[in-house]
Amino acid sequence: MSLTQEVRFQAKPPATAARRSGVIAWTEFDNPAAWVVAVLLLIMPLIANGFFLIEIFGTTLILGTISLSLMFLAGYGGMVSLMQLTIAGFAGYMVAVFGVSGSANISLGWPWWLATPMALALATAFGTLGGALAVRTEGIYTIMITLAIGAAFYYFTNQNWAIFNGHTGINTIATPHFWAVDWRSDIPFYYVILATAALCYFAVLYVSRAPFGLALQGVRDNPRRMAALGFNVNAHRVSAYALASFVAGLGGVLQVWNYRQISPGSIAVERCIDILIIAVVGGISRPVGPFIGAFIFVILRTFALDFLVKLGLDGNRFRLLIGIGFLVIVFWSSDGVIGLWERWRRNVAAAEGRSRGDRGHG
Amino acid sequence: MDSVAQRISAIGVGAALELRGVTRMFGALAALTDVTITVRPGERRAVLGSNGAGKTTLFNCVTGDFPPSSGTIRFFGEDITHFPPYERIRRGLRRTYQISALFPGLTVQDNVYLACCGVSRGRFSPLRPRPGDALMHSAELLIQAVHLTPVKQRRVSELAHGQQRQLEIALALAGAPRFILFDEPAAGLSPTERRELIEILTSLPAHIGYIIIEHDMDVALRVVESVTMMHNGRIFKEGVPQEIESDPEVQELYLGGGHE
Repeated sequence: MSLTQEVRFQAKPPATAARRSGVIAWTEFDNPAAWVVAVLLLIMPLIANGFFLIEIFGTTLILGTISLSLMFLAGYGGMVSLMQLTIAGFAGYMVAVFGVSGSANISLGWPWWLATPMALALATAFGTLGGALAVRTEGIYTIMITLAIGAAFYYFTNQNWAIFNGHTGINTIATPHFWAVDWRSDIPFYYVILATAALCYFAVLYVSRAPFGLALQGVRDNPRRMAALGFNVNAHRVSAYALASFVAGLGGVLQVWNYRQISPGSIAVERCIDILIIAVVGGISRPVGPFIGAFIFVILRTFALDFLVKLGLDGNRFRLLIGIGFLVIVFWSSDGVIGLWERWRRNVAAAEGRSRGDRGHG
Repeated sequence: MDSVAQRISAIGVGAALELRGVTRMFGALAALTDVTITVRPGERRAVLGSNGAGKTTLFNCVTGDFPPSSGTIRFFGEDITHFPPYERIRRGLRRTYQISALFPGLTVQDNVYLACCGVSRGRFSPLRPRPGDALMHSAELLIQAVHLTPVKQRRVSELAHGQQRQLEIALALAGAPRFILFDEPAAGLSPTERRELIEILTSLPAHIGYIIIEHDMDVALRVVESVTMMHNGRIFKEGVPQEIESDPEVQELYLGGGHE
């Protein structure tokens, strides 16, 4: 080992800035498919009508953003948090409570540019506190604690009338209106969603290669060794929850602007589990996974009903279809659609290599 | 930062590492019993003993992986008995693991860079390193020092065993170490790799002291100036290498005990 290495080392020039940039490379923008998707998303209003724009693509990006916060925690930090939708819902409720809504006795009537940062700050604080509880546990217990937080918040909103307006929830929530633009009308709102989702996506991608994100992956792989390198493992995990909570909070604000109403039904436990399904179906190893998962989820949710009715089955069974899809994907690939895609590419590359090799010998 | 370490040792805070009556129980089993050790700054010492003698437990108590059941541990005069591991590391204590504890999914460069971040203020930084980043640069130097430059972009899971052992040492050298605990660094190394390990150990700056657990007497006795023999969780003998090597009791217990 040592001798050959010495020779090779001397033969190579010392590290240059270019070689160092391996750490700085964008991992997912090296293939043309990513660029095609990016361009398609940018010109989507030219292709899709209002229904597709918001109901399919807008919703996909919103759910993808909330799932992205779970992907960040689970994929990089090894912490499966089932409360990400709860944090998003909390942000949504805060927008309703601090902003303007139909429930004048509850809403404080702040302008959106005050209510939104307030909602984000409170959601981040809420998620960070929940995280501080959850990081004292590992594995299945983290799932249990975060699920318990989600369930507790659901029942609390159901029963609290003073702030959360009980099971009715808060309706006709005002959305931003400025520069003579109604930002909730289809096209501007689509771009607001796209910009937020892209911002979160690139932020997660960027941080994953910065000291904070690398350390989070170190904490996931070997917390004991991380402590022996000088890292305060729990502080790192709580900070990850803070960042993930902010991302989930952004998704929650978009969600409440989208539906203009929020009620306990929007944050029920099965909704929390939907977020987990989305992240796992898409793949939690990379930030793009949650968006792929969200797209599949939204397509199934929107069209499975009609599809089932056409087959002469009960349309209300669309969740069965989602469940079967979930089982199939997880059965064939432990890393969701991303895993399937990567395996397919490897197979293609191997086949190409083989045929090239054959030609070479022939 | 080196100068801080040198200044502190120059002030003459008696010992780099001082253990007083350290005992560690696992249930009813005493893995360490009343261990008292004093190591001077810059001193290099081997800890010998058969399996189960308590050598690794001793390391775990010093680094705080699990705290001692009783007794006190002082590091350059400061009582660190109840400090969490990361606080001890930030004070200049380092360790390597008997079974490589690396981050297999990350590259060699990222592993060493992480180690450099861990003992700097940049450990929470959400900003990627720019070209010319100081921590990146020190990671580069460490990779060179352990001869891993040709494989620095490889994932650790792809490295040979010997290379992983070298990376293990690089992680322990990050930042400004003042005292290092090496847990069987030569385990599983070829004779060539052992020579290289000896070279790395002997070329460490003089102010960095260490304790090394090593079964291979050829390695151990060439890189240390003092030896502590442990047996059944107790200190059995202390002395310079020649004394220990020629001590009849030690020979019977350890060297002659059917060991390689």
